[in-house]
Amino acid sequence: MATVTEAEVSRAIKEYILEEFLPGENPEELTEDTPLVTSGVLDSVATLKVSMFLQKKFGIKLAAHETDVEFMNTIGSMTKLVCDKLK
Amino acid sequence: MNRAILLHQFLDHAAEARPDAVAVDNPGSGTITYRGLAELTDRLRDRLVHLGVRPGDRVGVCITKSIDAVGAIFGALKAGAAYVPADPHAPMSRAAYIFGNCAVKAIVAENKFVDGLRQEGEWPNGLPPVVSLDGSGDGTALRTALQREQARDPAPVVPTVYPDQDSLGYILYTSGSTGRPKGVMLTHRNGVSYVDWCTEVFDPKPQDRFSSHAPFHFDLSILDIYVPIKHGSTLVLIGYEVGKEPANLAPLIAEKRITAWYSTPSTLTLLAQYGNLQQYDYSALRYVFFAGEVFPVKHLREFKRLVPHPRYFNLYGPTETNVCTFYEVPKVVPEDRTEPYPIGKACSHCEARVVDENGKDVQPGDPGELIIRGPSVTQGYWNLPEQTAKVWFTDGSATKWYRTGDIVYFDGGGDYVYRGRRDRMVKKRGYRIELGEIEACLYRHPSIHQAAVISKENEEGVKIRAFVSPRDGVKLSIIGLKKFCSENLPIYMVPDLFSVLGSLPTTSTDKIDYQRLKAME
Repeated sequence: MATVTEAEVSRAIKEYILEEFLPGENPEELTEDTPLVTSGVLDSVATLKVSMFLQKKFGIKLAAHETDVEFMNTIGSMTKLVCDKLK
Repeated sequence: MNRAILLHQFLDHAAEARPDAVAVDNPGSGTITYRGLAELTDRLRDRLVHLGVRPGDRVGVCITKSIDAVGAIFGALKAGAAYVPADPHAPMSRAAYIFGNCAVKAIVAENKFVDGLRQEGEWPNGLPPVVSLDGSGDGTALRTALQREQARDPAPVVPTVYPDQDSLGYILYTSGSTGRPKGVMLTHRNGVSYVDWCTEVFDPKPQDRFSSHAPFHFDLSILDIYVPIKHGSTLVLIGYEVGKEPANLAPLIAEKRITAWYSTPSTLTLLAQYGNLQQYDYSALRYVFFAGEVFPVKHLREFKRLVPHPRYFNLYGPTETNVCTFYEVPKVVPEDRTEPYPIGKACSHCEARVVDENGKDVQPGDPGELIIRGPSVTQGYWNLPEQTAKVWFTDGSATKWYRTGDIVYFDGGGDYVYRGRRDRMVKKRGYRIELGEIEACLYRHPSIHQAAVISKENEEGVKIRAFVSPRDGVKLSIIGLKKFCSENLPIYMVPDLFSVLGSLPTTSTDKIDYQRLKAME
C-alpha cells in the first residue's frame, strides 16, 4: 500500500461513491470539494459504508471520531485522511 | 399512592418515592435526580402558565435530546398542555410548519433554532412566546433560561394542572401523503394505558436503566421516557450523533449498564456489523426491544449470537395506536429460518381483528387489514377531519377501530404475521415515510417536470428511488437533487437513488405508470 499515490486514492474513493450512492450521475459533477454529508449525498449509514470501504481498500484503521463529518464530508478530506494513515 | 392516570403523575410519584435517585443520565453532560427534575419542571410550568399557556393548549419543543428536553416535556405537561416535539436535526421549515399547524401557545427551544423558526414559519400574529435556551445538556440551560426570565419578569408559582385523562398529552407528527406532515393526537389515556401494559409484561424495577435511543418526536420515545420514570428507574439518553455511530454506541451500552434497550432493527443491525460487540460486557442487559420495521432474520440471528442472554421482543404498532401487538423471539433462531418473526398477539389493553375490503373478518391464514381498538388508540389527526374519518372503521359498536393499513394474517400459533402495506407508506430504518411527501417536495423543485418515488426492499433494508424528468431539457445533477431534498426533508426521506428520464412512463389513462417504474432496474 505504501506505493499508492494521492491521485489513486482520490480516484478509488470517487469511483466507489459514484457507483454506490450516485449511479447515473455525471462524474464531472463530483469533485474533490463536493460536500457529501452536509448536502444529503451520504447519510449516516452511507458514511459508515464509506468508512468500511476506506479501511478495507487501503488496509487502514479508522478511529470512531475519524468517521465524523470533518473527515468524511468531501473526497478531498477523505483522501487526506487515508494518505496521512498510509505515510 | 393513587395510580397515575396522567403522564406527569409518573414523575410526581417517582419524585416522592425516590427523590435522590437519578432520573435521567445524559452521558457526557450530567445527570439529574427525580427531585431535581420535579423542581426544574415546576419552574417551567410556572413560566409557561405566566406566558398564557392554559389546559388544552400546545407547547412546541425544539431542543436537542438532553435533560433540558425531558424538562421541557414535563414542564408542558404540568402546565396542562400537550407537548409537540419537533426534530431539531431536520430543516427548520418542518418544525416551523408543525408548530404553526397546531397553533402552539408557546415554544421551548434552543436559541440557535429560534431564528429559523421565525423565518421559516408563517406567523400572522408573530412567533409565539419562546423560552429560549443557550444550549442543552444536563438541564443547566433550561434552569438558567428560567432564572433569567424570572429576574426580568417574575412568574408566580402555580399549581400543577391535572386535566381530564382524555386531554391531549402530546402530538407526534409523521410523514403525510399530501406533502405535509400530519399530527397524531395522543391523550394521557393513550400514553398511560400503554405504559401500564409495559409494567404488566416487563415488570420494570427501580434499578433498571432504560436506553432512550429514539428521538423524542418518534413514538418509540413513549416507552423510553415514561416507563423508567413511572418505576423510578433511570433513563439513559443516547445522543443523536452517538446513536448513529456503532463504534461509540456499543461501548456506551456496556459502560452505562443499560438493562433495557429499545431501538429499530436497523440500529441493532449496524451494531452487530460495526460495533465489535464481542468486546463488551452486556451482562446487565435484560431486554432488547425492537420496533418500527421488519427485522431481517439474518441480522437478528447475528445480533442474538453476539448478545445471547437478554429477552428479545418485537413490539409492533403505528404511532396512532402505540404498541398494540408483541412477540417474544425464541431463545434460538434456527439457522435455516429466513421468514421474519411475527408481530405477535394483541397486547392485553388492545383488541385486534383482520378484515377484508368490506370490513368482514377474514379466515385465519387469509391476509387482510389489521384493525385495532383500545385505550391506547389515537383520537385522530390534528385539524384533518377527512383524513381522520378515513382511518376509522366502525362496526356498529360504540368504539371505533383504527385501520392500520398493514396487511397481516393470523397464523395457526395465535400470532399475527406482517405481510406489507395497503398504501404508499414505507418504513425506512423505523421512520415512517409517505412516498407522496417526497414527490410533493420534488415537485417544488423549479427544474422538475415530473416526479415519482418508489421503494425497494431486500435483506439490507428499504431503499427509496426517485424518478424525475426535467423541465425544458434542463440538465439535472443527482448531487443537486439530493442537496435540494436534504434542504427540504429530514435526511431519512432523501431518496437513495435518482434516475433522470426524458419523461416518465404513463398508463393508458395518462397516469404515471408505477408498475413500469418498479420493473426498471
